[in-house]
Amino acid sequence: MADLSGMRFAETHEWVRKDGDTATVGISQYAQSQLGDVIYLELPAVGQQLAAGARLGVIESVKAASDLYSPVGGEVSEVNQDLKDHPEYVNEDPYGKGWVIKLRGVNDNPKLLDQKAYDAFVQGQSGS
Amino acid sequence: MVVTAERTPLYDEHVRLGAQMTNFGGWVMPLQYSSIREEHRAVREAVGLFDLSHMGELRVNDENLAQRVVTRDLARLRPGRIQYAMLCNEGGGIIDDVLVYAVADGGYLMVVNAGNQDGDFDWIGAHSSFKSSSPTGGGHVDNPSAFGGGHVDNPSAFRGGHVDNPSPFGGGQGGGPVVNVGRDWALIGVQGPRAVGLVARLTSAAVGDVKYYAFIEGKVADVACVISRTGYTGEDGFELFCGTEDAVRLWRALLDEGQADGIRPAGLGARDTLRLEAGMRLHGNDIDANTNPLEAGLDWTLSLDKDFIGRDAIVQARQRGLSRVLVGFKMLDRSIPRHGYAIVKNEQRVGTVTSGNVSFTLGYNIGMAYVPPGLAKAGTRFGVDVRGTAAPAEVVALPFYKRPHPK
Repeated sequence: MADLSGMRFAETHEWVRKDGDTATVGISQYAQSQLGDVIYLELPAVGQQLAAGARLGVIESVKAASDLYSPVGGEVSEVNQDLKDHPEYVNEDPYGKGWVIKLRGVNDNPKLLDQKAYDAFVQGQSGS
Repeated sequence: MVVTAERTPLYDEHVRLGAQMTNFGGWVMPLQYSSIREEHRAVREAVGLFDLSHMGELRVNDENLAQRVVTRDLARLRPGRIQYAMLCNEGGGIIDDVLVYAVADGGYLMVVNAGNQDGDFDWIGAHSSFKSSSPTGGGHVDNPSAFGGGHVDNPSAFRGGHVDNPSPFGGGQGGGPVVNVGRDWALIGVQGPRAVGLVARLTSAAVGDVKYYAFIEGKVADVACVISRTGYTGEDGFELFCGTEDAVRLWRALLDEGQADGIRPAGLGARDTLRLEAGMRLHGNDIDANTNPLEAGLDWTLSLDKDFIGRDAIVQARQRGLSRVLVGFKMLDRSIPRHGYAIVKNEQRVGTVTSGNVSFTLGYNIGMAYVPPGLAKAGTRFGVDVRGTAAPAEVVALPFYKRPHPK
């Protein structure tokens, strides 16, 4: 089980793990389970500036295409090239090898939720 | 709005297996159990188990009525054989695509799409010239029989039916020219290269000898079934009809016995990716009341030398020339075509995607679309408008996938 203690989550179901002024972004376990088999990701170019909450790309599963949003602002420093040939990593290991992009020059986003708050948010969404 | 979705007799089995459920055609059905990719692969490489009980079954006792409503000449369909055909409206538009089973003692069974079953029933009933004393709008009669004949003195509709094992489908009363029996039956699909071997181990019937698009009657896992060599996956296999009360027993027996074969229950997600690879049309996506069989590339389901509803309009459409035809295409990049996306050529919208997805078996993305006839030749290139970008695609022959060694 991945250590989620340092992670923050957006209500749009992306996670971010900060390390100094750089950050790694992916989608949550809940999100991948809802999407089902991921087959393609359309990701930004390295160097692109993203504002917190801006659309960063598109994730496609067998079922549907969905937008991805950046939980924090910053400059794209890396995209996960492994996902080109192995989009299923997002399903298999969403907090590990299924990470999506890395950002640098990251700003804080106080609206993000810690794991406990996110879990409660998901419960509220799926329990209705 | 409160819509109560119907449940099949296998609903609790799906929940127990951890399926993600979805509403399809008014029914709560399993979308996937584990992973669409894995379920798809199991069907291509081993065997998959499908609950198809949402599909409708209509018993058409009046042979002339059946001939009037389906596009294909049923006179040539021998008992025990099955044909794929269309139900068309007066304008030649496709109301539904159906499988027609010729029953031994006369009459037909039509297997129709889940969401269309009540509409099909009303449509066929409305075209009956035969005024029945029983209401045709009611849908149900007590103890109806679809495969069974309309004669009480005929205990089994099938050749080879055992006298000591009367068919649950035999011996039913007629109930009028058309009877809706869809909710009295379960239907379980067993599909994949190991499907025939699996079913053979659970029956004494000679299922290996049943030809493609033919059916017999027999017991599978001690459950009385109609064993039909049909499917919607592009693989060999069977579709097994049984009474709703026997569905759980049959489902569990197939899952248990199939463990040795690597069986997986497969949901509607895999059913859709499998049928797309096999080039099979999905009513509501690729064909509907606004498309005719010529446009859909289903000319082979038309017997234009007989009279049927929609025939004249179809003949006229052919004489006028078609403005669009359904083609298969493959993406030349990694983007995924989806239902409703535009086909573009020289920055003009020229067509529409009707189905599209990843092909797990082929390793690239595929779709079907209506395009002008001038763009229908294999090798023709056009764009698919994916979020504002014209993603390159190329027309390829259907089906995309054919199983390696068809028997």
